[in-house]
Amino acid sequence: MTASTAPPSAPLLAIRGLSKAFLGVQALDGVDFTLRHGEIHALLGENGAGKSTLIKTLTGVYQRDGGTVALEGREIAPRGVEEAQRLHIGTVYQEVNLLPNLSVAENLFLGRQPMRWGLVDRGAMRRRARAVLQPYGLSIDVTAPLGRFSVATQQIIAIARAVDMSAKVLILDEPTASLDAQEVAVLFKVMRTLRSRGIGIVFVTHFLDQVYEVCDSITVLRNGRLVGERRTAELPRLDLVAMMLGRELEAAAHRIDLGPAEVDSRPPLASFKGFGKARSVEPFDLDIRPGEVVALAGLLGSGRTETVRLVFGMDRADRGEATVDGRTIRLKGPRDAVRLGFGFCPEDRKKEGIVGELSVRENIILALQARQGWLKPIPRRRQEEIADRFIRLLDIRTPDAERPIQLLSGGNQQKALLARWLATEPRLLILDEPTRGIDVGAHAEIIRLIERLCADGMALLVVSSELEEIVAYSRRVVVLRDRRHVAELRGGEVSVERIVAAIASETPHAIASETPATGSGAEVRQ
Amino acid sequence: MTLSAPGPSRNLPQYGALIAVLLANWLLFPDFFAIRLQDGRLFGSLIDVLNRGAPVALLAIGMTMVIATRGVDLSVGAVMAISGAIAATMTGAGWSLPAVLAASLAAGLLCGLWNGLLVAVLRIQPIIATLILMVAGRGIAQLVTEGQIVTFTSPALAFIGSGSFLTVPMPVVLTIVALAVTALLVRATALGLMIEAVGVNRLSSAGAGVNTPVVLVAVYVWCGLCAAVAGLIVTADIRGADANNAGLWLELDAILAVVVGGTSLLGGRFGLVLSVVGALIIQAMNTGILLSGFKPEFNLIVKAGVLLVVLLLQSPTLTLFLPRPKGARPIGTVKPPVAPTSGGAKP
Amino acid sequence: MSRKWVISAATAAAALFIGLGGVQAADKKLVVGFSQIGSESGWRAAETKTAKAEADKRGIDLKISDAQQKQENQIKAVRSFVAQGVDAIFIAPVVATGWDSVLKEAKEAKIPVVLLDRQIETKDPSLYMTAVTSDTVHEGRVAGEWLAKQTGGKCAVVELQGTVGSSPAINRKKGFDEIVAKNPGMKIIRTQSGDFTRAKGKEVMESFIKAENGGKGICAVYAHNDDMAVGAIQAIKEAGLKPGKDILVVSIDGVPDIFKAMSEGEANATVELTPNMAGPAYDALIAFKKDGKAPPKWIQTESALFTPDTAKAEYERRKDAY
Repeated sequence: MTASTAPPSAPLLAIRGLSKAFLGVQALDGVDFTLRHGEIHALLGENGAGKSTLIKTLTGVYQRDGGTVALEGREIAPRGVEEAQRLHIGTVYQEVNLLPNLSVAENLFLGRQPMRWGLVDRGAMRRRARAVLQPYGLSIDVTAPLGRFSVATQQIIAIARAVDMSAKVLILDEPTASLDAQEVAVLFKVMRTLRSRGIGIVFVTHFLDQVYEVCDSITVLRNGRLVGERRTAELPRLDLVAMMLGRELEAAAHRIDLGPAEVDSRPPLASFKGFGKARSVEPFDLDIRPGEVVALAGLLGSGRTETVRLVFGMDRADRGEATVDGRTIRLKGPRDAVRLGFGFCPEDRKKEGIVGELSVRENIILALQARQGWLKPIPRRRQEEIADRFIRLLDIRTPDAERPIQLLSGGNQQKALLARWLATEPRLLILDEPTRGIDVGAHAEIIRLIERLCADGMALLVVSSELEEIVAYSRRVVVLRDRRHVAELRGGEVSVERIVAAIASETPHAIASETPATGSGAEVRQ
Repeated sequence: MTLSAPGPSRNLPQYGALIAVLLANWLLFPDFFAIRLQDGRLFGSLIDVLNRGAPVALLAIGMTMVIATRGVDLSVGAVMAISGAIAATMTGAGWSLPAVLAASLAAGLLCGLWNGLLVAVLRIQPIIATLILMVAGRGIAQLVTEGQIVTFTSPALAFIGSGSFLTVPMPVVLTIVALAVTALLVRATALGLMIEAVGVNRLSSAGAGVNTPVVLVAVYVWCGLCAAVAGLIVTADIRGADANNAGLWLELDAILAVVVGGTSLLGGRFGLVLSVVGALIIQAMNTGILLSGFKPEFNLIVKAGVLLVVLLLQSPTLTLFLPRPKGARPIGTVKPPVAPTSGGAKP
Repeated sequence: MSRKWVISAATAAAALFIGLGGVQAADKKLVVGFSQIGSESGWRAAETKTAKAEADKRGIDLKISDAQQKQENQIKAVRSFVAQGVDAIFIAPVVATGWDSVLKEAKEAKIPVVLLDRQIETKDPSLYMTAVTSDTVHEGRVAGEWLAKQTGGKCAVVELQGTVGSSPAINRKKGFDEIVAKNPGMKIIRTQSGDFTRAKGKEVMESFIKAENGGKGICAVYAHNDDMAVGAIQAIKEAGLKPGKDILVVSIDGVPDIFKAMSEGEANATVELTPNMAGPAYDALIAFKKDGKAPPKWIQTESALFTPDTAKAEYERRKDAY
């Protein structure tokens, strides 16, 4: 397709057969994507689906390996963000990539300031800045530094800048991730206005409610491939979730009958009431009993990780109450949690889990040593015993205990982290995506380990995207959507279909309304 | 856990460089290794290297641990000036030696506490946090001395600088003591492990329950104490506190000593002895240049050249060419695995 | 220290009292504005103190402005002196350049300007009346001449230089070298920088002693300032030698501590860099005001040599000025 032959009916943006690989890993594999004029188009997918690779290829951060990208029928291949801007493709990220210490006006006209006699014409810049922001209902002091305004306002300013630079395609990459309900409403109003002006918007989000509220079409990617494109109105939620999670519902996992839903009457080990944190996860109730595996299921960004981080004190809850053995506890940080006998293997092993340069031995004894305090060192001999024991027990593949843990494979790092907590003999072990990025063999071992620990009477709280896994080891599943605990399945209710259905359910307040403390972050903030 | 970085061959560049510099000095000046007794005190160029290297070695001991936590303490030179100013002024005002020492060390401790709180609690970047005291500290010292060189005659305080213990000059004795105490403190307890863990990955360490703020404050406090001792030595040595010049730019020498000693500015593994070796390499060069009779204009260039060579010897690219025996211990040599004792870890 | 404060406060109060009386009695009292650099060293503080004392002696009303090492503060101070209509302005310039425009303002207001302690660079020398400074080359010469005379022109000298590249270090070396060149028996056998500090002076001297056969080959040490000499004296003592006898010590500046060392026989001579820069300036100013006689463009302060015989008295005289 060339510019001269472009039919007037050509879509605003047509991507065909787009491919991109990194070091042999196919991040995008023959993906098609079509954006029309005056359309808000959701780009959805779980971890590793290829959303961000697609966006970065579109904005010139990456160069594609294969396929075509046509803007209004004209093929383009931007080599950088600036060139993409010239080609009328504007991008706004969750973390606004403008300069917080420059004024609003300077940010709006950065690199294209109105000039007079070789100098920046500040007066004209201010006047034009006010004019540019006026349609968005923003009457703010354009001379104030950008950083003084809320993220929501900054995002609208970034959108205004992109649109003013004659963007026809506007990419919004998770713009709502840190906004409250009111701010989201304002943003959506802006998006609808831009749609009515013929601008095409690519909207990346993890919130299904928002997709159904504002988007015209949906494209779903999974593992670098196109799953499908649908009109929003014609795609039931259940089907959407199934597309994202990659399963044909009728063929969904064989159901294991675990007996009727029973109410466990034993006193909980740990109990959380109205526990939550503004802009992170809505208040929830959660009981965890010894010897049970409570699983948290939901899409990426649904609040699963946020929930377990609150439980371990990695983030501090700003409401609600936590009790252990019936006594109210304070959870100011991980140290409090460790003292209570909690352990936590985080999702991002490299950043928050392992201490890379230190040896496997040192990584394994770290939590135990931290709990004992620095004045009571674990003797070297004992350290070696502990390390060797867990290396054998968990079959950690390492030539010796003195090897820096960063040289181990992901699965073995994960097992070493498990060993770190098992060495402390925890009462509650929290695992966030314990099997992610791990080879098949280690995967099965870790699942067997979870079952074993549970049988030994340890309580486990597990976050996982692998629904079959959850169904296999868990008799209680809490389902989250849009940062809210929306359902709890027990015993015989636990099945992949039920989980998917709960994720896709359209009655967002059905469960949440039972908890009196529920309120949106926005209400609390006011 | 070892006192220095693991693996004997890893230490080769440092010891090799020290020996090379000492030999070069000997070639330039044949009497370099000659040592005699002078007024009951060892006397000779080699002793000068140890004696003059003591303040930087002391700073390097404290700095090593700060750098191991991925920090840096730019204020040590200023802390030296403060500690010296307090010592000289109080001695001049007739205070007894124990009171003077206590006050000077307390000042170093307070300075370290200040740095530590800025870094650990307010989470200011270490280079900025300690820059504050680097600038203000010299001013504080000048306030104490009222802008003059405060001299004293007390032989008790002067003993710290020019006295000797069993013929060994006091600065050398104090440095050895500081090294031993520090090594004991970090390696006989779990503090060393925690310092390294925090330096490699603060988030992971906090997640494992390590009390990261306390670890950070502790290393800055210790660094402040080491600087205070160095300040006492310098002041006692010249029998006067020179607030303008005491410890000036020594923070950079201390950082250099640590880096030459092989501790990474990115934190993690640290070697106290090697940092002291680093300080001695620097001082051996200084002394060598003074003995050589080179024009003073060449001093800095010669120094830079030698340091470049030492650092190149440590560069990861070059160490690939050096033999590296494994200091590792195969599994199972210690004991057959014992059955897990309880609850958590049963198969 | 507190006693010193009380005394100076009392003298200030007394001066004020006398001063007030003076205003009523004499109709014309000279008012001088003095823009001082700051108080970065003991010598600088002494210069300020001496300027006050010398002003009191002559019944001059001295207004001092501390620039804290910043030229813009000095320019502000000069402007404010012009606005106040003082009779003369003294400047101890922090840098050599950038004075032309503000000095023009003073000239237009017909206020004579005197530079103290340092020169400036300007194309128009009429912008200031005179400059009172020492001659640092001459200081080196005086030290050298004393040593040549003392040793009969035969001496192996080790030299402790000031900070490499600084102008006093360059000039003090130059003046001393001139004398060495004139005396074939004199030789500088070692020279190194001691950075003008005691600690460095001591360290360098230690190495000199070792390099020269335990100090036996050294006849004298010449230090570019007294502080380095004080450090060198300690090094000599710790090597088991007698400073002032086994190795002669000559230096420059004339700070109290070197007089103390001389009175104890451990140093032999110092060339004074007088902190009294203001005194000659006042005299030139008074003469100018009286009969309009313009002073020479450069008033060179005396580079007086002091030796142990007067050291004790000089130390007593100085210890409060510093």
